Amino acid sequence: MNEVGQNKFGITLVYLFLIIVTLVSIFPFYWMFVVGSNDTSAINQFPPAVIPGNSFIENMQKVFERIDFIGVMMNSLIISGSVTLSVLFFSSLAGYAFSKLTFKGRDAAFVFVIATMMIPPQLGLIPNFMLISWLGWIDSFSAVIVPSMVSAFGVFWMRQYIGSSVPYELIEAARVDGCSHFRIFWSIVLPIIRPALATLGIFTFMMTWNDFLWPLVVLKDKSVHTIQIALRTLNDVYSTDYSMILAGTFMATVPILIVFLIFNKQFIAGLTEGATKN
Amino acid sequence: MTNNIAVKQEKRNKVKVYNQKKTDRNTGWLFISPFFILFGIFGVFPLIFTAFLSLHRWDILGTREFIGFENYINLFVNDPLFWKTLGNTISIWLMSTIPQLIIALMIAFFLNQAFLKGKTLFRLGIFVPNVTSVVAVGIVFSAMFGTQFGVINYVINLVGLDSINWKGSYLGTHVAIAAMVLWRWVGYNTIIYLAGLQSISKDIYEASTIDGANKFQQLIYITIPMLRPIIIFTVIQSTIGGLQLFAEPLIFGEGGNYQGLTMTLYLYQEAFTRFSFGYAAAIAWMIFFIIIIISLVNLFISQRIKSA
Repeated sequence: MNEVGQNKFGITLVYLFLIIVTLVSIFPFYWMFVVGSNDTSAINQFPPAVIPGNSFIENMQKVFERIDFIGVMMNSLIISGSVTLSVLFFSSLAGYAFSKLTFKGRDAAFVFVIATMMIPPQLGLIPNFMLISWLGWIDSFSAVIVPSMVSAFGVFWMRQYIGSSVPYELIEAARVDGCSHFRIFWSIVLPIIRPALATLGIFTFMMTWNDFLWPLVVLKDKSVHTIQIALRTLNDVYSTDYSMILAGTFMATVPILIVFLIFNKQFIAGLTEGATKN
Repeated sequence: MTNNIAVKQEKRNKVKVYNQKKTDRNTGWLFISPFFILFGIFGVFPLIFTAFLSLHRWDILGTREFIGFENYINLFVNDPLFWKTLGNTISIWLMSTIPQLIIALMIAFFLNQAFLKGKTLFRLGIFVPNVTSVVAVGIVFSAMFGTQFGVINYVINLVGLDSINWKGSYLGTHVAIAAMVLWRWVGYNTIIYLAGLQSISKDIYEASTIDGANKFQQLIYITIPMLRPIIIFTVIQSTIGGLQLFAEPLIFGEGGNYQGLTMTLYLYQEAFTRFSFGYAAAIAWMIFFIIIIISLVNLFISQRIKSA
């Protein structure tokens, strides 16, 4: 190809552009660490410190004094883990039924599932809050886990995947042998769709981990805060101590970055397939 | 005799097929029921109840009074703050979405070039902001956009310009919040566009090269028209996301003139700091209608572009 392709100047420009964009993407992470590892006084001056300092441990100790960092990380882990497992199970179960079982009303039901994805979540925010209060679930993990136990996106995604990757013959053969549908689902379908489970799992985990508005509304007590709510509290209450706040933010961001770097292939593949099929 | 057996066999088969159909139906509905039960409770019921709430004066203690459309009339006539939040939301949405999609398209176009090395690394670096939590983004950008000691103002000073009062000015607050959205979503849209680009057949480009088209002409006459459905998809997604903006302004601060107050943040405050559930429910329906109207306008514009 000509122009950009063969012209040295053009190539350099393209690389320059991409390098700048990548640096801008990474800079805020670097900056979290710079601020989080310096003294607040080193940050609140002109020119500010632009390289990491050596106060990170000290800043982290302040974070530990102010919020139960380990506790809220565990809360986030329990909530995201439960939601993920449940979404994987119920979505693939529904996906199996939608793609491999023929029954009356199936296609209409599936269109309905797709349509629910268009509804903005805030529309039901207040009644959901009232419902959760009525159930007595305010400040309990059920408030955030139960409403998210199955997702329309997950059902959609699993139907597409199971539809294209599990052959009918396999299911027929198992039925002739007398297997129940659940048995077929559990011992034949699930092992085949492991890659799709990985993608949906990592996706769901990250979405739940980063969720903010709903936990903010229903998890009031410190002891049930997720890491996101705790960070927000930290930022609100101690707004002047940026070094401490950003040390905490950095520590809260690192685990999810590591998870992403390990699973980035599944994550990106899932994203593109979801989008191009929509 | 043999005939009799055959008939019996056939009957049995029929019964089996019939039973299988029945099991299929029951199991089918059983397997998809968790979604419908949960959605019925946490999706359908709240939707209807929001409409019911919005016709009442209703507070957290449950004292309620039917007032018809008064909440909506108040929103339209007596609440300049609501219109301000609409203006803020649209301003921030435009400031974040337009550059975001253009930059994403450019990056995707470059990443799709055959000569480029280190694609995986670039892609990873550009995508990584998307997995960061919105709270973390809000906090670090608030620090970077600090008026007194923020690194952005420091760089602006280095170039010889005056510091900008990010938290105090209209434009400053909108730019800072839009920057958070932009930063977090460019990578996501890049990945989507890249998938679209990779599905366009190489033959078309080769044919056009033979016809003497240059790279820029290819971009305008081949790439963008072929990507149209995906571009529409990203525009709709950014519209829905942009009009629901909440956490970024909550963390950055709405500012003295409410210049950072978005519609959803206003809804949240009405509901959970002032506890006027009825009024907040009316706001929720308004947000929903506005999203639908803007999405339709989007669709209309893209249809026009298609026919032009």
